Amino acid sequence: MITTLELTKTYPRVTALDRLSVSVASGITGLVGANGAGKSTLIKILLGLLPPNGGSASVLGFNIANQGSEIRARVGYMPEHDCLPPDVSASELVVHMARMSGLPLASARERAADVLRHVGLYEERYRPIGGYSTGMRQRVKLAQALVHDPLLVFLDEPTNGLDPQARDEMLDLIRRIGSEFGIAVLVTSHLLGELERISDYVIILDSGRLLRASSTAEFLVRTGVLHVEVQGPPEANDMEVRDRLGHALHQAGLYVWPDGRGVAVRFNDESVFDLIRDTTVDLGLGLVRLEQGHHRIEDVFREEVAGHVPPA
Amino acid sequence: MSLQPERPDGVIHDIGYRPYGGRRLGEGAVAWSLFVVGTRHAYGLGRSARSKVLPFLLLGAMLLPAAIIVGVVVQADLETQPLDYSTYQLTTLLLISVFVASQAPTLFSRDVRYRTLTLYFARPIRRVTFVLIRFASLATAVFILIFLPLLLLYVGGLLADMPIGRETGDFLRGVVGAVVLALVLAAFSAVIAATTVRRGLAIAAIIVALVLSYTVVSSFQGIAAGTGNPGIAQVAGAFSPYTLVNGFQAWAFDVPWAGPPMPIGAGVGVGYLAVACAVVLGSIGLLMWRYRRLAAV
Repeated sequence: MITTLELTKTYPRVTALDRLSVSVASGITGLVGANGAGKSTLIKILLGLLPPNGGSASVLGFNIANQGSEIRARVGYMPEHDCLPPDVSASELVVHMARMSGLPLASARERAADVLRHVGLYEERYRPIGGYSTGMRQRVKLAQALVHDPLLVFLDEPTNGLDPQARDEMLDLIRRIGSEFGIAVLVTSHLLGELERISDYVIILDSGRLLRASSTAEFLVRTGVLHVEVQGPPEANDMEVRDRLGHALHQAGLYVWPDGRGVAVRFNDESVFDLIRDTTVDLGLGLVRLEQGHHRIEDVFREEVAGHVPPA
Repeated sequence: MSLQPERPDGVIHDIGYRPYGGRRLGEGAVAWSLFVVGTRHAYGLGRSARSKVLPFLLLGAMLLPAAIIVGVVVQADLETQPLDYSTYQLTTLLLISVFVASQAPTLFSRDVRYRTLTLYFARPIRRVTFVLIRFASLATAVFILIFLPLLLLYVGGLLADMPIGRETGDFLRGVVGAVVLALVLAAFSAVIAATTVRRGLAIAAIIVALVLSYTVVSSFQGIAAGTGNPGIAQVAGAFSPYTLVNGFQAWAFDVPWAGPPMPIGAGVGVGYLAVACAVVLGSIGLLMWRYRRLAAV
């Protein structure tokens, strides 16, 4: 879908992208980075709106240097900032934007109605946008990015300013765009938990450089540790109960250490599950939690950004 | 009111996402669509109800004197039009100025203010085409405002049995003047509107520039002509869109002067035309420069 090679963009005072080489496949790709890491700059360059200072890139097989209009015909873009005129209705705007992408009037109307329904705007789409909530505006921005049935959409911080429920709905919608609609998605966010939930692939940028790019599954590899929490009789001290369990598991031959209110157990094979269950029952305790530990993107991000020393 | 199909009990029938496999039109069709929407927006059509009030009020006010004149012409069975076609746009210049001032920001600073420009530039249309089409929309909207009263006068003239040949000639000359004036006014106001995202500021600046320049230039012309300096008066004419176009019409079509009558040579006439062209081309050049900077934001 997207390939960049040594892509560089410098502004008079800052380097927004520093010899960035990365490739994006179909599915949902999360683009992560602190504010100013170069996410929005990358999207603008890929749309052919900003010329890079060096390097090259292609989107859907088209060169950004001289085929910008071919790219923009096939790509949808939802900007981070507000971009909606307040005095037109969502319906008018989305039909107009479909026509700006070359759809004939009848098709534009049909697609606009379809897409607005998909993003969850119904009767209110005939009212001027000026009276919309932030959640509704985000939906309109998304609708205009999808109305011409692009092969790829760039979503820049789509959950910005949304309340928790609207955020969940937006994330579900993005997941549907990637899976059900069959449109490739490049989505930026500075909230890593969100991207963990929806992306197949994650690219981490730091100061315009590629920090890491791999599949979400690889980020979330299991740590090989089981977290166990138990509950004793009501009058028992939680910590004593924890220690009793720890000793028993240690005696059973497991590698155990305290972990908050529970214990952590090194996990080598499936038989460990049975052993923990049986030990708990023998001690007369209730098993509250038995869970494999996962890495989180946030851990990777924190470790690698912290470990990174910017070149002098 | 749009009719919507009834949905029983609010049940949403999700038929799933349907990809679009139909035709995609080229830049010409996209540009035409942008032109039509832009021109409609200048009259508030397709926008909120409030946006329609001022443009239609002004259009009504523009047509009112013409309607009265037509009534008089038909009732009194006049032989000639009491007001020359070319003079109509000078008589109503305040209305035209208010229209231009209020609608130039609609086409040139609204996209920038609400950052809608990003949505256009993320689509195939080229920046150059976008700017030219926006300009064309504004010029067309202004032309419609100036043209409709002329059309009304013309129809009135025909109803009053004025000689068709003479009336048609006069009318067409008036239309040429309207075209030139619309282009010059659009050029003049677009540049001012594009420099600011504040609508009120743009409106005030354009009205002041248009009305003040006309008042100053016409007074200056009066004084210069009165003191036997028609040369200076003619040069001064180039400094207001209204006197500029009037001077061009006086030279090209021998229509009455807005100010004191002056002899006009071919050099001055061509000069007026050259200034008009320079204003239009220079304005488009400035707009291109301005939008090149905006596109990168």
